[in-house]
Amino acid sequence: MAHGPEFKPKEGSLLAWTEQRLPIVGLVHGALGPGYPAPRNLNYLWNFGVLAGFCLVMQIVTGIILVMHYTPHVDMAFDSVERIMRDVNYGWMLRYIHANGASFFFIVVYIHIFRGLYYGSYKAPRELLWMLGLVIFLLMMATAFMGYVLPWGQMSFWGATVITNFFSAFNDLYAGDPGMENGLGDVVVQLLLGGFSVDNPTLSRFFSLHYLLPFVIAGVVILHIWALHIPGSNNPLGIDVKGKQDKIPFHPYYTAKDAFGLFVFLTIFCLFVFYMPNALGHPDNYIPADPLVTPAHIVPEWYYLAFYTILKSFTIDFIFTAKFWGVIAMFGAIILLFFLPWLDTSKVRSAKFRPMFRFFFWVLMVDLVLLTWIGGKSADDIIFMNVQAVTIGQIATFWYFFHFLVLLPVLSRVEKTLPLPDSIASAVIKKA
Amino acid sequence: MSANDKNEHGEGVTRRDMLAVTTVSAGAVGSAMVVWPLIDNMNPAADTLALSSIEVDISTIEEGNSVTVKWRGKPVFIRHRTAAEVAEARADDNAEDLKDPQADAERVTDGKEQWLIMSGVCTHLGCVPVGEEGDFGGWFCPCHGSHYDKSGRIRKGPAPTNLVVPNYTFLTDTVVKIG
Repeated sequence: MAHGPEFKPKEGSLLAWTEQRLPIVGLVHGALGPGYPAPRNLNYLWNFGVLAGFCLVMQIVTGIILVMHYTPHVDMAFDSVERIMRDVNYGWMLRYIHANGASFFFIVVYIHIFRGLYYGSYKAPRELLWMLGLVIFLLMMATAFMGYVLPWGQMSFWGATVITNFFSAFNDLYAGDPGMENGLGDVVVQLLLGGFSVDNPTLSRFFSLHYLLPFVIAGVVILHIWALHIPGSNNPLGIDVKGKQDKIPFHPYYTAKDAFGLFVFLTIFCLFVFYMPNALGHPDNYIPADPLVTPAHIVPEWYYLAFYTILKSFTIDFIFTAKFWGVIAMFGAIILLFFLPWLDTSKVRSAKFRPMFRFFFWVLMVDLVLLTWIGGKSADDIIFMNVQAVTIGQIATFWYFFHFLVLLPVLSRVEKTLPLPDSIASAVIKKA
Repeated sequence: MSANDKNEHGEGVTRRDMLAVTTVSAGAVGSAMVVWPLIDNMNPAADTLALSSIEVDISTIEEGNSVTVKWRGKPVFIRHRTAAEVAEARADDNAEDLKDPQADAERVTDGKEQWLIMSGVCTHLGCVPVGEEGDFGGWFCPCHGSHYDKSGRIRKGPAPTNLVVPNYTFLTDTVVKIG
């Protein structure tokens, strides 16, 4: 682990006594305090790790309070949420913070991930750090999905139905007997739901797991930070830190910088919570769940839309059904990111010195915006001229996989990179 | 150390190895046995399974009408088809766009062709299709655009299979037991 100024409490003090028995203050000192020397050139994109940590704490705190007023039962869940909104003191505020907090947590984490993509933070020696981050991302997706089911509105119910039905794609492997619902997929879905449809057993288990997973995330976050502190933070130049002149202590320099970022974040966040709290939600979720009527247009929360488009882009059966391929591709889109450190073999980390990589990074960003936008459309919506949404989605889906599986491996072999500066300090001194 | 702990060369399988292997194996089997209840309790419980069959009086369903009943928490469509609908469904038995080819006769009870009883759950991702809609005048799923014909067979869109016909029996001419 990179070492900064050591934590030395005054001899004979209570702190010294405690530290000798349980060196926990020193641990924090070394992790997020003056004891963690960070590269001196970190820009504001490096705020988003701390912001994500803030979001996690905010979600856990508001969540624990909301649970005090919420009833996880199909007959009472919807009404208990309405009661939180109308009768519980500040209930509306806590719920809006929690609901918008989920969206903002994803915004922050997406920027955090894109930062890593742009500056090559996934490359050696940070592969495990990157993979732990992806584990956190997957856990976040599961947690947010189950949380969205709890208010038991129409979107809760049908979102849960559609998403758990992904697993019925396994019927392609063993279909079971006609009319008996005993194929491999059916059995898996019944195990997940605790019945033959989304119902009370489903709601109660989702509630249990929605409460549990954030603490699992917190555990993986600790591993993530641990893995970060072995090599230390990457930086905008993507070159290794050479010595003392390249580093400044995390506290007070980056705690101050992060605090400023936090205030900007909170300003935007409050704008949503207090002035447009339902802008990121779906009005249908204010209709109580009805197992017999599907809303005309089911869409997941915005942060899943890109993956939803990938799912919907497979329309032709080939050996297995289109549905099976859609589900495989959707999960594959995230799984392949685990292999990113070995798909992109370029020794140069930062996109700053990789002109072609940088260009295609922005193409990928446009592609992701496109995937997200198409995800909110119906398959047969006409986008322009005679082109249907599903066609655009298929092109965007193709590009996503092409970028990671073909373009990056080729690019990292043929691209001529720009010369790297000798050190972080020299890059700064030359400019001056 | 007794003579049993080592063979004469001091190598090979010893009594200690044997003990270690049996202990670990017993531990592994024991753990697996403990894990099973933790998984199996998430499967449908006895009371959920107990609700798995229902009886429906169909005498009040007029020709050309459908009712939706709830079975296992999910909708089941019971449609009283007109002679024209039956004829149309059967005329399509060999249509080329049938993804999951099945004759209409296999989807209904002999002698009661007018009664089409099937699960109201789209085989794509579980939404409820809307009746008398879509390109084939059967059912249309608004979620991802699957079109089913007058026999509930998938004709167009992402759903992989026909609407499922559950196990059911006519107890009398007017009472059906589903499940």
